[in-house]
Amino acid sequence: MAGAYWCVVEDDRQGAPKKVMAEVLGEAARLAGQAGAQVEAVWVTDKASPEGITQLGEWGAKRVWLLENAAFAPYRAEVWTPVVADLAGKESPQAIFAPVTTRQREFMARLAARLGAGLSADSTAMALDGGTLVATRPIYAGKLLSKMTWAKTPWMATLRPNVFRPGEAQAGASPSVEKPAATIPGETMKLVERRQEASTGLPELTEAEIVVSGGRGLKGPENFVILEELAKVLGAAVGASRAAVDAGWRPHRFQIGQTGRTISPKLYLGFGISGAIQHLAGMRTSKVICAINKDPEAPIFKIADYGIVGDLFEVAPLLTQEFKHLLDK
Amino acid sequence: MKILVMIKQVPDTATQVKIGGDGRAIDAAGITWIVSPYDEFAVEEALRIKEKRGQGEVVAVSLGPERGKEALRSCLAMGADRAVHLKDPAWDTADTLMTSRALAAVIKQEAPGLALFGRQAIDDDMGAVAAQVAELLGWPIASWIMEEAVDADGKTIRVGRQVEGGLEIFDLPLPAVASAQKGLNEPRYPTLKGIMGAKKKEIKEVKAADVGMAAEPPVLSVVKLESLPPRPPGRIIQGEPAEAVKELVRALREDAKAI
Repeated sequence: MAGAYWCVVEDDRQGAPKKVMAEVLGEAARLAGQAGAQVEAVWVTDKASPEGITQLGEWGAKRVWLLENAAFAPYRAEVWTPVVADLAGKESPQAIFAPVTTRQREFMARLAARLGAGLSADSTAMALDGGTLVATRPIYAGKLLSKMTWAKTPWMATLRPNVFRPGEAQAGASPSVEKPAATIPGETMKLVERRQEASTGLPELTEAEIVVSGGRGLKGPENFVILEELAKVLGAAVGASRAAVDAGWRPHRFQIGQTGRTISPKLYLGFGISGAIQHLAGMRTSKVICAINKDPEAPIFKIADYGIVGDLFEVAPLLTQEFKHLLDK
Repeated sequence: MKILVMIKQVPDTATQVKIGGDGRAIDAAGITWIVSPYDEFAVEEALRIKEKRGQGEVVAVSLGPERGKEALRSCLAMGADRAVHLKDPAWDTADTLMTSRALAAVIKQEAPGLALFGRQAIDDDMGAVAAQVAELLGWPIASWIMEEAVDADGKTIRVGRQVEGGLEIFDLPLPAVASAQKGLNEPRYPTLKGIMGAKKKEIKEVKAADVGMAAEPPVLSVVKLESLPPRPPGRIIQGEPAEAVKELVRALREDAKAI
């Protein structure tokens, strides 16, 4: 039997896998189904809930490799890597996938080096071609797509959130759980403190299905409240262009673009954003793009599915009202 | 303390890129090249550490073709003391892992207290080299750092790494690897004096054989590059704002099914 397709679990640090895992497991199941292979989750955590394990099963994992130990939190690549590499050495998975998050990007890279494997980071499409995986990834600020392939297994890839389709959830599916013995490496990094950001009550930018974003056209930090009102109605995250971040109107973690976050929501609404290449790099794989800008020549209209040429200070509050009206029905 | 900063020369974001004749790389003609912006944050931070400590050495390192020297020269103009250029036909088809091996070999030879990288290079956006080098060296790594402080003895670096929802502050024993996230600092512009002085600074060439490497087929390779599939033409919704907004919401709901 072909080697399994592994999906490294990203969790909420509270014992539950993140929703993005439905996409990673869904894509792994689609590929593994074609190859007659099994989908398995690898969960490295200090605390896994039984509900979390069931959830992984419902999303498509037939087996969960549970590596549970207090030493696995906080995440440190130097601790996780040898443990997962040892298991991979024994089990010889065909593929190892993970979602794009800050820690998975680092962990998967370090694991690939340990395994001598190839890693396609931030992939947006995958296909089996003649028995080998081919991954597609945007390069050069998303101006081109690169198709990558591997000379040997395991095929390692991180998957951009909101791009891959989740599998059909199998209610009540219960995966087998394996708890392999693991030698926990000594750590050298010591956590000093965690500085949580004040919760906005809105979803995380890279995970949000809807993103409302503002640029220079907002004219000042105080006006972001207009977009926050809209975001609350839509359950959306609020992002910003580099111009708005560099002006000090929003913290850098909200920046969308080449030197910020890459997002791929179902719906992107840009207000007062011209659409410089560096911004497009971070949002052009969004499914539906809407732009509101005073300038009819703004480049963002070239990639927008819908546009309104107008004053955002007039349009945004109207949109908030109209969506409220629609969603209250 | 010696600090190595690994940098990459990349096309300027605004440059048009065209697929080259072999379909697997871009056409280099007419491209404006820059130091990848995240790498500039790393160079700046290395210089600040040296200035704060009042001693030390900052070495800029890059793997790439001959033109990569211009990027190294920019780092020297910013204030780096010397540069190492990894240049060899054996690395022409280097994938991320081979690049990491080459850089790790040079870092091992140079034996710095700290190896700094940018979070990712903005050409292929792979963002894997720093973590791979850390693994190959057996050093700890903190990625996407927003702040750092090296202790007085040069034994430990305290970093704030960005994660979803906040910042995690870690102490890493040196030597260690860290990658710079935007927000770490504001890179300086080279002064005229810096630019003139850079011409006299050393750029040492390193060949594959110098670090015990030879050409080998990549583990991960490009099958082909493709242009983006065209987006369907968009629609500008006309009319008074109130009407346009009603129509936009209707279209998002009924046509695009996005809400």
